[in-house]
Formats: sequence, C-alpha cells, structure tokens
Amino acid sequence: MSHDAAASLKKLIYMANQIGKFFAVQKHDQAVAGLASHLARFWTPAMREKIILHLKEGGEGLDPLTKEAVQWLKVKQSNHHDYTGDA
Amino acid sequence: MSMVTEIDFGTPASRSDKTVTLTIDGLEVEVPEGTSIMRAAMEIGTKIPKLCATDMIEAFGSCRLCLVEIEGRAGTPASCTTPVAPGMVVHTQTERLKQLRKGVMELYISDHPLDCLTCAVNGNCELQTEAGNVGLRDVRYGYAGANHLDDKKDESNPYFTYDPAKCIVCNRCIRACEEVQGTFALTIDGRGFDSRVSAGQMEPFLQSECVSCGACVQACPTATLVEKSVIDIGQAEHSAVTTCAYCGVGCAFKAEMRGEELVRMVPWKDGKANHGHSCVKGRFAWGYATHKDRILKPMIRAKVSDPWREVSWDEAFAYAASELKRVQAKYGRNSIGGITSSRCTNEETYLIQKLVRAGFGNNNVDTCARVCHSPTGYGLGTAFGTSAGTQDFDSIDQTDVVMIVGANPTDGHPVFASHMKKRLRQGARLIVLDPRRIDLVRTPHVEADYHLPLRPGTNVAVLTALAHVIVTEGLVNEAFVRERCDWDEFQEWAEFVSQPRNSPEAVAKVSGVPAELIRKAARLYAMGGNAAIYYGLGVTEHSQGSTTVLALANLAMATGNLGREGVGVNPLRGQNNVQGACDMGSFPHELTDYRHVSNDAVRTMFEKLWGVTIDKEPGMRIPNMLDAAVDGSFKGIYIEGEDILQSDPDTHHVAAGLAAMECVVVQDLFLNETANYAHVFLPGSTFLEKDGTFTNAERRVQRVRRLMSPKNGYADWEITVKLAQAMGVPMNYKHAGEILDEIAATTPSFAGISFAKLDEVGSVQWPCNAEHPEGTPVMHIDHFVRGKGKFVLTEYVATDEKSGPRYPLLLTTGRILSHYNVGAQTRRTANVAWHPEDRLEIHPHDAEQRGLRDGDWVKLSSRAGETTLRALITERVAPGVVYTTFHHPDTQANVVTTDFSDWATNCPEYKVTAVQVARSNGPTDWQERYRRQSEQSRRISETVEAAE
Repeated sequence: MSHDAAASLKKLIYMANQIGKFFAVQKHDQAVAGLASHLARFWTPAMREKIILHLKEGGEGLDPLTKEAVQWLKVKQSNHHDYTGDA
Repeated sequence: MSMVTEIDFGTPASRSDKTVTLTIDGLEVEVPEGTSIMRAAMEIGTKIPKLCATDMIEAFGSCRLCLVEIEGRAGTPASCTTPVAPGMVVHTQTERLKQLRKGVMELYISDHPLDCLTCAVNGNCELQTEAGNVGLRDVRYGYAGANHLDDKKDESNPYFTYDPAKCIVCNRCIRACEEVQGTFALTIDGRGFDSRVSAGQMEPFLQSECVSCGACVQACPTATLVEKSVIDIGQAEHSAVTTCAYCGVGCAFKAEMRGEELVRMVPWKDGKANHGHSCVKGRFAWGYATHKDRILKPMIRAKVSDPWREVSWDEAFAYAASELKRVQAKYGRNSIGGITSSRCTNEETYLIQKLVRAGFGNNNVDTCARVCHSPTGYGLGTAFGTSAGTQDFDSIDQTDVVMIVGANPTDGHPVFASHMKKRLRQGARLIVLDPRRIDLVRTPHVEADYHLPLRPGTNVAVLTALAHVIVTEGLVNEAFVRERCDWDEFQEWAEFVSQPRNSPEAVAKVSGVPAELIRKAARLYAMGGNAAIYYGLGVTEHSQGSTTVLALANLAMATGNLGREGVGVNPLRGQNNVQGACDMGSFPHELTDYRHVSNDAVRTMFEKLWGVTIDKEPGMRIPNMLDAAVDGSFKGIYIEGEDILQSDPDTHHVAAGLAAMECVVVQDLFLNETANYAHVFLPGSTFLEKDGTFTNAERRVQRVRRLMSPKNGYADWEITVKLAQAMGVPMNYKHAGEILDEIAATTPSFAGISFAKLDEVGSVQWPCNAEHPEGTPVMHIDHFVRGKGKFVLTEYVATDEKSGPRYPLLLTTGRILSHYNVGAQTRRTANVAWHPEDRLEIHPHDAEQRGLRDGDWVKLSSRAGETTLRALITERVAPGVVYTTFHHPDTQANVVTTDFSDWATNCPEYKVTAVQVARSNGPTDWQERYRRQSEQSRRISETVEAAE
C-alpha cells in the first residue's frame, strides 16, 4: 500500500470511529444500525468498500462498535438491502 | 426603465388593530390608532412639508415645518408628533400655516450655502424641495449673519462625506444611527446655535465608532451626508430592486443607475429581510465589480506552471470539455466532480448539480456549505424533518429571550443584528454562549444577562448541561413535548441529560463556565417567555457540529419554543445563498429538497426529465475529493464561485489535492488562490450582471436582477449551460426564469415560486406550494415536517485537537464586519480602510507571557502549519484563546487549521486549533514560497494578444 493510500485508509478509520462515538451512547442495536446507515447514506461506495475490506483484513484500529456496524453494512450490502433509512 | 419610487410617510406605521376616522382637508380618512396626522395625511396623498421627519425613524418634532391646525385645539401642533383622534378635523394649509412655514424656511436658508446648481443632491434634496413647496421667495434676514458656512468638510469615510456647512441639525442622522442601526455613534455637540452633528467625540467619521452602515446618509434630507459616488457621477436616472450578494440576511436594495453605471445602492424599504436598512458591505462595497483585477477573458494552459493564454469562449469551453472527458475516459467515471458556491444563484447551483449528475454521470458535487452549515442540514433535518431555520427575521419582534450561540451578528449579519438590538433595547433578555466577548455582550443600551464564555470545543457539554437544568428542575414544557414529539425518545433523552455527569457542576470543569451561570441561563431560556435561538458557525464548525445543532433542537423542543412567532432555532447563514445552495441538491448525497439519491421515485423523476440515469449512490464531498486526488483517483474538477485553497482547512492538503489533478476549471471574477492550480479559467459575472434568485437565512427567495451587461460576456448560468453543451449535455434555457421553472416543477418546496410570482409579491419563504401559496414565515406550526419531533442523545466527545505544552493556546477563526469570506470582493473595495490585514487577537496575559506588544509580528503555528501576522492585544478573547480572521491570502490562516471535522458532515473544525504564538521577524517559508508561486501562476501571456 502506498503512503497516500495508507494515509487515506487511516483517515477513513478515524472518520468511522468518530461517527461511532456519536452513536455509542444509544442502545446497542440502534447504535450499530445508526452507524451503518450513516456510512451507507453519506459515504461513497469506494469508501465503504475500503472500510469493509479493511475489516476483512482484521479491522485494525476500528472500535468494536465500528467493527460491528461495518460488518452489518457488509451483510446488508451483499443482500442489496435498503439500509439507507434515517440515521 | 424608471426610478423605483418609495413613499415617505413621515413617521413609522402604527401596529394597532383599532382604527380611527378623522378628516384632513375635507377628506375623511381611516387609519390605525396611534398613527400620526402626518402619516394619515400622506395615506390620502397629502404631503405636509417636513424636514426632521422620515418614516424610518420615530417622530421628533423639531423642524417646525409640518405644523397643522386642528379644529377645536389651540396653536399649530407638529403633525409628526400629534397622533390622530376620532372625529379630528385637520387643516394642513392655511394662511397662518403658510406664513409660519415660510418664516421657518427663511431661517434655515439664511444659514445654508446657496450652491444648489453644483450641489451633489441637486434635484434630490428635501430642503430644496420643501423650500419650493412652502413658496420661499426671499430671505428677510440676508446671508451675512452668523452662520456655519465655513465649517470644514469631513471626507475621511471612503464612501460618504459629511459637510457640516449644509447641516440643518434635524437630527435625522443621529436618530437613524440610534434607532435603525443601534450603534449610537453620532450625537449633537454644543448647544443652541453651536449645535453640530458629531461622530464620536468630534472625531472624523472614519476614526469614530461609526460602522458605515449608511443609515445616516439615507436619512439626511440635504447634502450634508452624501455618497461619494453620487458626488462623482451625479443623480441616477433609473433603478431596479435586487438582492445583496454578501451575507445570508439577504437585504433588498434599489440599485440606482445612470445608463449601465451603478450610482449607488439604497436599501429598499419594502425588503422583507432588511426593511430599508443596510451594512457597509451591501450599501457601499460593490466597487469590486469594476476592479482592475477582474478577469474578463477566458484563459487556458496545459500546465499550472505555464502562463495563462487568453482564448475565445468557444475554445475555452471546447478545451475544458475535452479535458474533463479525457480525464474521465482515462481514470473512470468517478474521477471528476464539481463544486458550487453559496455565492451562486439558485439557478446556477441547480445547473451545476445537473451538469455533474447528468453530464459527469456521478454525484460528485458539493458546495461550500460543506465548510459552514452542513451540520445545520444534518441536525435540523434529523430533529425536525427539514434543513432550515424555523422563523422569519420579524419573528424576533415577539421574542422575550434571545439566546445567541457561536455567532457574532453585529459583524457577520449586521442588518439582522440591528433588528435584534432594537428588540433587546425594548427589553428582551439576552444569553450569549461564545468564547469571545462579542459586541452584543455589552454595547450601547444592550447588555447580555448572561455571557457563558465557554472553552472552544465544549458546546455540546454546555448545551447538555442547560438541558440537565431544564429537566431536573422541572422546567420542561410537558404538554408541548407530549403533543408534538416522540414521547419515548424524550424520556430516554431526559434520563440521559439528567445524569450527574451532564450537570452544570460537572460541565464547569471542562467548559470553564461557572455552574451557577449555566443554571441561571437555563432557567431564563426555559422560563423567560418566548425564547429564540440564533446560532452561527461557532456551533457548526466543530468536530461535534451536528451534535451541537441537535442539542439546540432538543432545548427548543423541551421548552416548547417552536411552532409560533418569537421562538425557534435559527441558523444565521454566512453567505448570501447558503440556504439556496443546500436546497438545490448540491450535496453529493441528495437531490433538490434534501431528497436522498437512493430515493427511487425522485431519481426516476429527474431521470425522465433529463434523459439520463442518475447514480443511486452518494458522491464525494469536497474533503473526499481532495483525499482521492492525493490518492491519485480523482483528477478533474469544475469549481464555480468558491476559493477552496483559501477558505478550506489545512491549506497544504488542499494544495496537494489540487496540484495532483490534471484538469481544474475555475469560474470566478478574479484569479483567486484556487486558480493558481487551474488549467481553465472561465471569467464569471457579478450579481449586478445576471438574473436569478437567492434564498436567505429565513428561507426567503428573492430576485437578483440584471442591471448591466456582463462585462465578461456571459452571465454565470450561461457559462455553465455552454460548458454542459460542450460536454454533450442538452441544456436549452433562454433565460434564468426557465431554470427556476424547472426547479419549481421538480422541487415540492419551490412548486409555487417563479419570477412572475416574485415580481408580484417581492419575495416568498419556502415552502411555497399549493398548501402554502404565499409561503411559510414560521415552520412546524401544528406539527413537525417529519411528524413527531425527534430528541437525540448528545454525548459530549472532546475534540482530538488538544492543547498541550507545544501548542498551549486554542485558536478560533471568524470574520469581521467590513470583510466577506475570503475577502476576494471586499479586499477590492475601500473596506480595506477598516481591516487592511488579518490580526491575531490575544489576551494581555498571554501576550505578556510572550513579551508581545500590540502590533508585533507573531508566528502562529500548529501541527498543520504556520503563518505570521500582527498581534492585537485585547480582552475580547479569554486567556488561553486566540482569534483571527481569514480574509487575507497573505496570512493564509487556514495553513494553520487542521483537517479535523464534524463527525456527520465533515464540516471542518475551524473553531478549535491548538497553536503556539511567538514573536516573529518576518513571513514564514510557506508564505514566501506561496507568494512567489502566486506571482508565477498569475502570469498572463502577452504573445497571443500581440499575434491576434
């Protein structure tokens, strides 16, 4: 991975965790769904693919809640589910 | 075209519901109780002579010209100060009155220079007119007596002159400064014959507290205070009403013209946002439109290190289109995008997002609202169901408690600030949450009840603590919450805010605000009557910007301060069309009216209309584009009206992103900083040269009217149309009104808006449709747009941008009255007289620790970068906090700001940067390098011109 690509991934991890910190105060299931929905509604497919791939490779740096949400997003995406409801 | 005429009724309108019938000169007239005789007479077309009265200010009764006789009453009372009474019989013209008025006028004229033919206001002078009206034929006293004809003229203000020799001491200027502007900069110095208008304490206007709003000039009935442009050019011969292109207040102006030359901008009395008031920017700072720096010919270049080459419009469009297509063919559909600006009209913004979605085939479109109010869109959309302020500006007339959070209205939104100050002078209470002691904390006749000088970055903690007090002290408006909001969500929220960690005592430690101050402010907000929140970028430009907006919404819902006049949650939008830019679908995840791109029905509607397939996935935001550019996957961009290199955070990163692109197309008035990295420059048009609409902070859609031919050849919307056509995207609009018609046809909130409608009613607030044919001043009256109001938990998460031993101070950035945004326009006007450079405000304690004196050059450094500027030592900032503006590219304040951003929207965290300040000997290496690069980049080849 190039330096720029690594920096870009690092930024995505930071952003995903930052979003997670907003939802973390909510009930667990709601928080996971809220975080995943936020990524679906506002992140480009390429950004989502990168973070899903990173999770597949171990998800280093992702907070536990973020990992769950990215996993949830991955499942919903592969099922072509409508996951873009209100955050 | 003729002049737009306004009737001066002499005194303000009465707001009484009761009416009174009286007789004036034999005609019966019915007017609201409290109306003056002068106004009642004008209602039936009888113009009573007057000099000290005008309807923008309260009656004063000093000039003794408007005398009338009333049957059954002794004497000759002044009609301006005498209210009507039932059955009153008034005579405005009698032998006695004629003699009195002539006598008064003789006295005035005996001390007035008789230079009417060479006077700047010849033909437009109330003194001259009234002298004619009262039949003045001679002056019995002669002209050799004591007079003021040798008084010295003050020409210090760059925009108007004060000539005391022509002053009749009517006090209109002083009262305008007090009542309309609320600055109290003018007074009368001396007594009796020695009475003279004085700016400050007999200071030149420029050195006084005068903010150059122009209210005094507008009020002056003679040439005592007159615009320098009128002195230079002469009186206008036609005018049209248009909308100011500066801040989000959206002031309506009469643009007074002579041919295609703008003579002056006069605030329009019927403007619903400004009611005839203005500020120094809108009133005077329009000289940039003809500034020598303006680029009027398209230019291209293969490499940014090349000089620019002027080309024909056709060549520029063809080159830009071929380059964007080439890049897309090489790097993929998502490798290009577009950025629109809040300075653009609604029509221009709509076209840019259409070009991106229909022409580029992706959703990579964003707007500069990304860096200011995107959290407002997210927060208010989530809580209430629509991404906009809840009130009209006039709502403040019913407000009992004003809560200002992270805004500085007297600098950022000066005309609304004057309205606000008027209400505060009437007795409304004031709470200010701001790290700085903004002017409204203590200004003449206004003083905040509570100023909460919170540490930058702790908004959410303090607002949640306010909620804690409201819930735990039983101040919730339960009836409102039960009826209008989701009760279960409320209960969960109430439990959350009640936790001890959210108490004022706990929050005091992180915010630095004493607990008792938080408690008192909460009680006042909840129990003080109609409470209205006004907020600005001090709320949104944080890593928790969206959470803060949600916290404000929670407070308003919990206290029932929504859905009627006098209350609400009101974002003060920075630029003229932030609201409109957001409404028009310029965010990468949504189409017009905030409808997500994944909405099949909405997408299908646009697809049928445009004959294309629209991507159902969100596109890139501006920071995503820049990241992808650095990454190597984003290679081309079309930017209209936005200078991301100067305005966006972390300048080094923005520069790296732009430098990595192969095709940067910039459309602007000037070779801005971003254009240093551009390959195509499309010269833009000013707001004076095009048709369209702007939508202000209160959702008010207003016309922008073309007053002169575009000096560059095309209006901005025409440029986008031609670029689109060059790219093979069919756009066939004959005029801007047709674009608005398409917006109305596709956007439910705009369904009832057209040029014809706006010409008819002046302005309208969306939603304007079948349900609300005349628009919607106050939203959420019976129910929220989303149904039930949504309470959201607002956990305080400290920013990762922390001060420490290396960077011990917190920098917050903002703007000042005389400049606008990156200063591209205002720096090219005489406004530089007030603010020739960015300064760093620093507290005396911090300055002393560093051995700094006022005016010293200092180096301001952060983890992101460093710059130099001069220090301004002031107690406006708290110890530990420093502040600067970002108006000047020489400073490049955003070299210092970081890429931390709001969790939901990526709105940059401009308001919190850990910095160090030290004495400096000169510019930083970056500044030197940047200056050299800018000079290189702005070269324009002369060989082509010679060859042609």
